[in-house]
Amino acid sequence: MYDFTYAKPASLADAAKALGADAEAKALAGGMTFIPVLKQRLNKPSTVVDLSALGLNYIKLEGGKLMIGAMTPHGSVAASADVKKAIPALAELAGNIGDRQVRYRGTIGGSLANNDPSACYPSAVLALGATIKTNERSIATDDYFQGMFTTALNPGEIITEVQFPIPEKAAYAKFANPASRYAMVGVFVAKTAGGVRVAVTGAGQNGVFRHAAFEAALAKSFTPDALNGIATPVGDMNADIHGSAAYRAHLVGVMAKRAVAAAK
Amino acid sequence: MVVDGIGASVKRKEDLRFLSGRGNYVDDMNRPGQTFAHFLRSDVPHGKLNKVDISAALKMPGVVAIFTGDDFTGVGGIPCGWQIHSKDGTPMVEPRHPVLAAGKVRHVGDPIAMVVAETKQQAKDAAEAIILDIETLPAVAGLTAALAAGAPLVHDEAAGNICFDWHIGDKAAVEAGFAKAHKIVRLDLVNNRLVPNAMEPRAAIGDYDVSSGEYTLYTTSQNPHVIRLLMGAFVLSIPEHKLRVVAPDVGGGFGSKIFHYAEEAALTWAAGKVKRPIKWTADRTEAFITDAHGRDHISTAELALDAEGHFLALKVNTQANMGAYLSTFAPSVPTYLSATLLAGVYKTPAIYAEVKAVFTNTVPVDAYRGAGRPEATFLLERIVDVAAREMNMDRVEIRKKNFIPKEAFPYQTPIALQYDSGDYMATFDGCLKAADYAGFEARRKASAAKGKLRGIGISTYVEACGIAPSAVAGALGARAGLYEVANIRVHPTGSVTVFTGAHSHGQGHETTFAQLVSEQLGVAHDMIDIVHGDTGKVPFGMGTYGSRSLSVGGSAMVKAMDKIIDKGKKIAAHLMEADVHDIEFKDGKFSVVGTDKAKTFGEIALTAYVPHNYPIEELEPGLEETAFYDPKNFTYPGGCHIAEVEIDPDTGTVSMISFTAVDDIGRVINPMIVEGQVQGGIAQGIGQALLEHAIYDESGQLLSGSMMDYTMPRADDIPNISVGMEVTLCTHNPLGSKGVGEVGAIGSPPAVINAVVDALRDYGVRHVDMPATPAKIWALIDAYHPKMAAE
Ligand SMILES: Cc1cc2nc3c(=O)[nH]c(=O)nc-3n(C[C@H](O)[C@H](O)[C@H](O)COP(=O)(O)OP(=O)(O)OC[C@H]3O[C@@H](n4cnc5c(N)ncnc54)[C@H](O)[C@@H]3O)c2cc1C
Repeated sequence: MYDFTYAKPASLADAAKALGADAEAKALAGGMTFIPVLKQRLNKPSTVVDLSALGLNYIKLEGGKLMIGAMTPHGSVAASADVKKAIPALAELAGNIGDRQVRYRGTIGGSLANNDPSACYPSAVLALGATIKTNERSIATDDYFQGMFTTALNPGEIITEVQFPIPEKAAYAKFANPASRYAMVGVFVAKTAGGVRVAVTGAGQNGVFRHAAFEAALAKSFTPDALNGIATPVGDMNADIHGSAAYRAHLVGVMAKRAVAAAK
Repeated sequence: MVVDGIGASVKRKEDLRFLSGRGNYVDDMNRPGQTFAHFLRSDVPHGKLNKVDISAALKMPGVVAIFTGDDFTGVGGIPCGWQIHSKDGTPMVEPRHPVLAAGKVRHVGDPIAMVVAETKQQAKDAAEAIILDIETLPAVAGLTAALAAGAPLVHDEAAGNICFDWHIGDKAAVEAGFAKAHKIVRLDLVNNRLVPNAMEPRAAIGDYDVSSGEYTLYTTSQNPHVIRLLMGAFVLSIPEHKLRVVAPDVGGGFGSKIFHYAEEAALTWAAGKVKRPIKWTADRTEAFITDAHGRDHISTAELALDAEGHFLALKVNTQANMGAYLSTFAPSVPTYLSATLLAGVYKTPAIYAEVKAVFTNTVPVDAYRGAGRPEATFLLERIVDVAAREMNMDRVEIRKKNFIPKEAFPYQTPIALQYDSGDYMATFDGCLKAADYAGFEARRKASAAKGKLRGIGISTYVEACGIAPSAVAGALGARAGLYEVANIRVHPTGSVTVFTGAHSHGQGHETTFAQLVSEQLGVAHDMIDIVHGDTGKVPFGMGTYGSRSLSVGGSAMVKAMDKIIDKGKKIAAHLMEADVHDIEFKDGKFSVVGTDKAKTFGEIALTAYVPHNYPIEELEPGLEETAFYDPKNFTYPGGCHIAEVEIDPDTGTVSMISFTAVDDIGRVINPMIVEGQVQGGIAQGIGQALLEHAIYDESGQLLSGSMMDYTMPRADDIPNISVGMEVTLCTHNPLGSKGVGEVGAIGSPPAVINAVVDALRDYGVRHVDMPATPAKIWALIDAYHPKMAAE
């Protein structure tokens, strides 16, 4: 690590000020991504602004919506009775992120701000049509994800909360990368009041994306068989040492079917 | 009588300190006035070092000194400990391996400069201020690319990138076998490159005592005396009496900590220059690009069979990746540790093998758990399965038909080795039974009903370990002896300290060896301490690798204890006024045969140190003996492993359902530790078969250079492993023990792959190279469908 100044503001306003005043300042949530980056000297922040004292670690089920504070760790989401009741698929997704240590530290806000193309949460947020609240505004999920590691967030903007509408049913099926166990292909399907939404993470060249063909087919019939014969364009898929684009395209179909079968 | 002796599952003494965080690893150590080193390493696979400008870096805060390749021109290169001669009699090409890169860098990770500073962070900061002018050169990473005509040369002196072109066996006899064959089965195989990934990264502290002129190197080593010999004699010219090497608690080695590494020499030498201790601890990234890798062979095998399925002859051609420099024992791995094992458990009468060792712009490759024997076993057990299928024979029958029968021991193979003992039918039948091989079809059907493809795979293996008779090893190219040393110090009150040249880095020696001594001397387990890992304490030793610690190191202890008992008998005879021939030693007591007169071991020890009533004219006081034990032969553990897998055809995922091993490792001292060793080895074997792969791209960058991309086995990748034993004793060492450290990693990979291929029997799959990743398996399944449609 390079030397940096550490700040732990006690209010959102102070945090925003610390981040806004200095382009080299960076927010710290669970540190599961950020700390390794610092250790490898891949980032040289002037100030590290710790978001853990802003009161953003909470889960609320109110007015037909599930509200999760940005600093809520995955483990809390996985264990929450409210989440299990409202969107069991989300609890299950959170419970399969990384390992116990990662789930204890890593946060939903950190995951969404980072927008790793292999992260699990982006698929849930996109498929469920969640709203991302920040210290500046509310961002609709369809506007939020803008390609791998890229989001609609302005420099210094802080995610404060994620608001999930409650779906009729939903499920997440993850094919884990054998080494990292991030999603090599993760498919989140949700049957919502506004229709069926299918979001795919891990597989695409541009990060998480909605699968229009699957959505159309599932809107007609929310069954695994409805997806038979619908191909996922190989050209849009990632390829690396763990799998070809064709393999990923195939897995998108397999995982989508499994998610539809498991949806509740 | 001895409760903690041979055969007892005594809990590991050392675990109390390991599990409570009180181990003493190199990184836990700190020397007064210590500085820290950081190595600036090449990030290009191959390049000409035009300039290393340290002027700005020297002015950075906290910098004590910066060294580059130019500073090491007066010292030796990092030596290779094994010399192979090519077919034509010429010695292998042995290019200089400089301590820090000189003139050129040859792999990503090659050290260019060593920055010594007051803190680790300051050393890293200063390293960033070093200005490098490197002219990138074309590189070769893979064997095929390195051997292609006109390939860029890793070393100018190694034409065609060939280090040596070696062979063994009777070529004419093999050709004769092929000429009369009913069938010839041919198979191309890749033995995948692995990164050892011991839990503890390498670390070292170089220290220099200005007043005594003595150097001390604290290092993560499996064999501190070997490091002292190689570094002192060949690199730095420090005589043994001025160089102490300490390898304290070491967190796993798997072979990667046998070798003498450049950092050790750089730190020791530089400590003498800056006159302060210098500490370095690798991070995981450094481990990936500097610890010697394992395996990386490409082979073609051809097996000739008669009409009944008897093996007539075997021909093997192997290319072995050496990496950019020759690591300490690298040349021995594909040759004398691998090709000599190609008889396996079979009576194949004629065998011929050729091995080309090849330089590439990759991390050096050397011995990794099993070292050569897993490669031979994988090749053999795969081609036997393929042969069975192509001869329409049962996999069990073809093996039974070709086993060396137990009556045939000692058995001389056609390629150098003479197996002393074994009963392959017993381990085979035992394993088939334990794995319920007979009931497999029902399990296959049950899996099929769930849409899963189930397969079962068998591997029967033998290996050569207990390394090694010095004269034999020397004749084969070893540049060191391979005996072991034990010094046994009986204290006046009868407690015992054992100084052993073997080194424990996870094996539980402190427990096993104490059991051995407890059994032999009748002293309680907790009155025995095992000391290892310090050339300042242990007289000498060759260390731990090649499953040699018990069979060679333990035998040295037996020899030393024999001397103790002999001397004790003389003292006892004197005290009891009896003839020494009438003294018997048993269960910790010296007694006069046929009488009730006896002296305890403690009484004799006390007498030896308080010699008031003592045969002082004939016998020296004291009770301490040393023995050097040079084995008469290798030892030959063998056995059978059976794997059962289930494949999800939708995703290609291979799940390990069960794993059964029945091994013959000779005499077992501690069954619990033995079971753990077998399980650990099998976990590594499953890792190689299904998960692990060090992948370089064409340019020489390591793509699987972190845990994000290199798949280490996790607990949930490994099934419950059933471990059984069918023992035949080693006939040539006093313990009858053969060795257990490597059997798991040697026997298991082909069992797993044979099971995978079996599961894919309906998909026209003949062979699968390791690792059998989901992507690879799915591609095989996917490729099959179009053919079916076309039919
Ligand atoms: C071993 C391991 C395994 C993992 N496996 C998985 C997995 O299977 N699936 C998966 O989805 N993820 C996985 N992760 C990622 C992990 O779950 C975290 O979500 C991720 O590391 C980021 O969250 P964090 O809270 O640690 O954020 P940090 O690392 O603290 O921050 C990440 C980035 O987001 C910014 N940031 C953080 N919070 C905010 C905020 N509120 N507003 C604005 N910017 C912010 C930071 O400035 C930083 O740039 C894994 C991580 C590890 C280390």
